[in-house]
Amino acid sequence: MTNIKKWFSHHLEDNAREGELFPKYYWNPYLVGIGLGIVLLSSFVIMGRGLGASGALSSMVAVVVNAFAPDHAAHNNFYQGYLGDGTVSPFKDWLVFLVIGVFIGGFISGAIAGRNKMMIEKGPRISNKKRLLFAFIGGSLMGFGAKMARGCTSGQGLTGGSMLSVGGWAFMLMVFAGAYATAYFVRRQWT
Amino acid sequence: MTAPFFKFGYFNDEVSLIIAFIIGIGFGFFLERGGFGSGRLLAAQFYFTDMRVFKVMFTAIVTAMIGMFYFSWIGFVDLSLVYYGTTYLAADILGGLILGIGFVIGGYCPGTSAVSISTGRIDGIFYALGGFFGIFVFGEAYPMLENFVNSYSMGMINIPQLLDINYGFVLFIVILLAIAGFTAAEWGERFMAKKKASEG
Repeated sequence: MTNIKKWFSHHLEDNAREGELFPKYYWNPYLVGIGLGIVLLSSFVIMGRGLGASGALSSMVAVVVNAFAPDHAAHNNFYQGYLGDGTVSPFKDWLVFLVIGVFIGGFISGAIAGRNKMMIEKGPRISNKKRLLFAFIGGSLMGFGAKMARGCTSGQGLTGGSMLSVGGWAFMLMVFAGAYATAYFVRRQWT
Repeated sequence: MTAPFFKFGYFNDEVSLIIAFIIGIGFGFFLERGGFGSGRLLAAQFYFTDMRVFKVMFTAIVTAMIGMFYFSWIGFVDLSLVYYGTTYLAADILGGLILGIGFVIGGYCPGTSAVSISTGRIDGIFYALGGFFGIFVFGEAYPMLENFVNSYSMGMINIPQLLDINYGFVLFIVILLAIAGFTAAEWGERFMAKKKASEG
């Protein structure tokens, strides 16, 4: 455990500290946006599909449910959609491999910048325990919402948005609306 | 038309997984470069102090949108072979709202939580665990939700088709909106910085 912690805390410069924001160390957001846009464009041109993230989580949930209660999973259209007909492993999936890449790409970028550090992201006015509880609650809502909308900020937002999808734009506007409407009530967590 | 390459059978499924992996690395790299491994920086969007979520998202959307329009115009990409999510209007709206609420409470969205975990953020791990739980709850409730989730089904439809107007015109409007949004975001950040300075 301490080794892992040490490994994560190799800093080039101390630009990852708890309770402080370091926006100036990141790349210009417009430049990052163009970079992400080119990644998305490559995906369209090479594969004919865009990016996604939440689908990989669903595959894992479906596999776990199927392992514990195969009959139950067999009678549920949602799980079946991820399990398929059983001839191919649900992990042999485009989105699963994409998300593994996301982990590695994020790690590489963080390592170059010296930002890989074991820490909890939060404002100064909230305890660690509460922040982790909020993270779990937020994650649960995200999981539920992403499955209802059949996609998340990557699948519906970036991919749908750039293809001018009706659902993608409706989804994206509602994400911002929901987040802005709730921000006031959780301000102690972040500010 | 020669693209999308996969749809024209230039390579098989196995190769497509390797491509997914490489594209994922690029995706994760730029997310981290933008500061999206940090829940605090992501949440700052919703307090108007750092609007990079909006800036990055819309720059990416505009870049890919213009690129696809250009590639289709020169006859390189067949736009009709590019898959994006089918529209189920009611579920997209309610799902987006719930995800947005989860975003500001949890600090991440699915893709950014992966980056936060790989850069060591413990809250990102709890967020992802919550994500599993939320998907499980949705899966269990699915038989009850099925009717709602499949309501207002419109198929794979884009805004130009819905409004029956020119694709290029919609593209132009989106670019104008993005520029207006970027200007407002820059102004908002300066305003919040000034406000903070005068309070502090």
